[in-house]
Amino acid sequence: MRHIPVDPPPFFHRGPAPAARLAFFALVSVALLFTDTRYRYLESVRHAVGAVLYPVQRVLELPADAVLYVGSYLASNRALVVENRELKDRLLAQAPAVQSYQNLEQENARLRALIEVGARFAGAATPAEVLYSGRDPFTQKLFVDKGESSGVQAGQAVIDEAGVVGQVTRVFPSMAEVTLVTDKDQAVPVKIERSGLRSVMYGSGGGRLPELRFLSPNAEVRAGDKLVTSGIDGTYPAGLAVAQVVSVERDPGQIFARVLCSPLAGVDRSAEILILGAAAASAPPRPEEAPESDAPRRGRGKRRP
Amino acid sequence: MPQLSTFAPARPEEILLPVQPWFVLLSLLVGLLLNLVPAGGLTQTLRPDFLALVLLYWCIREPRMISVGIAWCLGLLMDVGDATVFGQHALAYAVLAYAAEYLRRRVLRFPLWQQAAQVAILLLFCSALVLVVRVVGGAPMPRWTYVVGPLVGALLWPIVTVLLQAPQRPRRSKNRAVVP
Repeated sequence: MRHIPVDPPPFFHRGPAPAARLAFFALVSVALLFTDTRYRYLESVRHAVGAVLYPVQRVLELPADAVLYVGSYLASNRALVVENRELKDRLLAQAPAVQSYQNLEQENARLRALIEVGARFAGAATPAEVLYSGRDPFTQKLFVDKGESSGVQAGQAVIDEAGVVGQVTRVFPSMAEVTLVTDKDQAVPVKIERSGLRSVMYGSGGGRLPELRFLSPNAEVRAGDKLVTSGIDGTYPAGLAVAQVVSVERDPGQIFARVLCSPLAGVDRSAEILILGAAAASAPPRPEEAPESDAPRRGRGKRRP
Repeated sequence: MPQLSTFAPARPEEILLPVQPWFVLLSLLVGLLLNLVPAGGLTQTLRPDFLALVLLYWCIREPRMISVGIAWCLGLLMDVGDATVFGQHALAYAVLAYAAEYLRRRVLRFPLWQQAAQVAILLLFCSALVLVVRVVGGAPMPRWTYVVGPLVGALLWPIVTVLLQAPQRPRRSKNRAVVP
């Protein structure tokens, strides 16, 4: 006797099964992830939606702003007097440096012209205020309130009064995203002030100190050294304070020394920052190469450079 | 009868009014907005994923209305708002909706605080999925405080249940004899 299977007729139209839907959406998600990570086709989408979401985000910031405003309004008179005195002392301490700065600039320009080296261009700087820090726990980013409309471009360096904070990575119409130097694999070319040794400081992610990579174990570096930008890459102008070396581990079994540094700027605590203009540190133009002939080759000759 | 009973969820034998679609939409929107509010420091560490929590509630209670597709779209919105990798939250929310639909009968059998424990596991799984996607894509491992958010979300589960169920509890009719 054959058993004839009988399925009940579909009484409820429920569409595809949840597992089928999950499989479909999971595949689409993986495709989106791949496209976004690899090819970055979705940047324009993100830009457009960022423009739309901007007023919503500003509205959502109002409660936090209101709380801060009330807090600062109610700050005690005593605290303000103390802060005022501290700022005046700091200003006074910096006065000699500021007054001799003009002289030093001119002397530097003269000496550079003398040895025919390109001038250090101190370009425009845009002050900006930090709106909020990024919500993503995997990256270290800040969002500032100047965007395309203020002339900010992606790639510009960002500093605060103590040192380098990071680099502008994405620009929206009225907002910009700044990646901090502590973000994973964010690189800043630095120079050890004391010895002149050049290296690159890489961020290591949240909660960890950035490190100098690829230094040989006998490199001339010790704890307490100050690191400044070397200005080689064309992004960060030379001479800005970056970090201070915290520890140096020279393990004879390792190829490289492990040097940990602590950033000098308040990277995730900054409130007011300065965005340095695009031409602040321009690299020299690439040398022109001889144009290659477009005529078709006969035979199997190699292309001559 | 004093209104103390409104602070407890409906007992299983109570008959609930049908859910209003606009209320579901509103609650999801509020969840999304709460997620997008900028917060720093300790608030950021402790903040749960409100949208995942509300989505989980509706997937468990109303699986016909909110299912994998809508969860996926909400995840995309969340990705765009957060400026992270496109598709990470979409994938996580889609899997969360599927898990909720699969486990919904089981979760609804337990009393409220034990439901919260199961919700904790679901939310942790959702966050773990996001973590895996990002780490495979090259991000560093976050600090241990990453798990605090989902756990706080699970602690909020009873409040979310009571709040979102409130419109469905039948109101007392005005014509009955009222005990002052």
